[in-house]
Amino acid sequence: MSKIVVVTSGKGGVGKTTTSANIATGIALLGKKTIAIDFDVGLRNLDLIMGVERRVIYDLVNVIKGEAKLQQAIIRDKHLENLYMLPASQTRDKDALDPEGVGRVLDELKGLGFEYIICDSPAGIEKGAQMAMYFADEAIVVTNPEVSSVRDSDRVLGLLAAKTVRAEKGAEPIKTHLLLTRYSPAQVARGEMLSVGDVLEILGIPFLGVIPESKAVLQASNKGQPVILDEMTEVAQAYQDVVYRFIGEERPHRFIEQEKRGFLKRIFG
Amino acid sequence: MGFLDYFKRSKSASVAKDRLQIIVARERTATRDNAIDYLPQLQQELLQVIAKYELIDLGQVSVNVDKSGGCEVLELNVVLAPAKAKAKAADADAPKPLATAAS
Repeated sequence: MSKIVVVTSGKGGVGKTTTSANIATGIALLGKKTIAIDFDVGLRNLDLIMGVERRVIYDLVNVIKGEAKLQQAIIRDKHLENLYMLPASQTRDKDALDPEGVGRVLDELKGLGFEYIICDSPAGIEKGAQMAMYFADEAIVVTNPEVSSVRDSDRVLGLLAAKTVRAEKGAEPIKTHLLLTRYSPAQVARGEMLSVGDVLEILGIPFLGVIPESKAVLQASNKGQPVILDEMTEVAQAYQDVVYRFIGEERPHRFIEQEKRGFLKRIFG
Repeated sequence: MGFLDYFKRSKSASVAKDRLQIIVARERTATRDNAIDYLPQLQQELLQVIAKYELIDLGQVSVNVDKSGGCEVLELNVVLAPAKAKAKAADADAPKPLATAAS
């Protein structure tokens, strides 16, 4: 059974690509054959975040247009045997994607035995974003605890409920998950940032977890190595928890509350 | 930073939440449910039906979709013309507030 998962948000810069790379990597680490597809035609970046940019030859649009075979375009990760990615085109425009073509590619990937197909959506709610979500079974809605991001996420939830295969066929709706990224428990404690509870109350969808704001994310993208591999960091642990919850295992929530520091620790750091 | 500044700042998250709740609710009715698409027509048709039986003032009618908890409520408010106006209407066939009164 293959699952098509869209990582989406509406707003740009909230962490869709980071999340796609890390969730794909995390699921692959559990031994499940996983592919991450970059749907951001014209502005591909998932290849950089996953550190495979120099191995891109063909892309999603080449496959859709019949200019390359799917197997030629898929890039296999050098370190993780179950991890693959399919890059976006850097040169074409968003109209290069159409439902028939995308559907064909996804069906073929299912045929190749991929258990998880992670679709990294472009920002916005235009065609590219709609193509990324159209065939999805589940959606990870990446949101920052910030007004414009929450508002855009709500719009995206509306699209997920209306403009997808599942909605059009009247099938069981797409399963949505809220992932709150760039979360700062200290700011929440000071009343300067929307809390998990606030965002959940507004969006009203199941909660996958928080990813704390962290410098490690930038360092990981500098290196082209998903941060989940940097196991000592809080972000990596947060993404690991999220991956387990996503595949259906329970994990207690962490990194939501400000860490209570003892008296000595507060003085001596 | 004075005491008041601190107080003001500490509340910005709740200001954010209040603003979001309002804008999100409004945009949901506008986009998610396609409610806005058919509301004017629904209002028109409902009025035609009601006007067949009752005198109504078009200015005193409102149709709204409200979301409370998990369910949506279609709220229709129609103020019926006062008894006096009705009597008058019976005499002088179709006074002003009638619009599409029964013929």
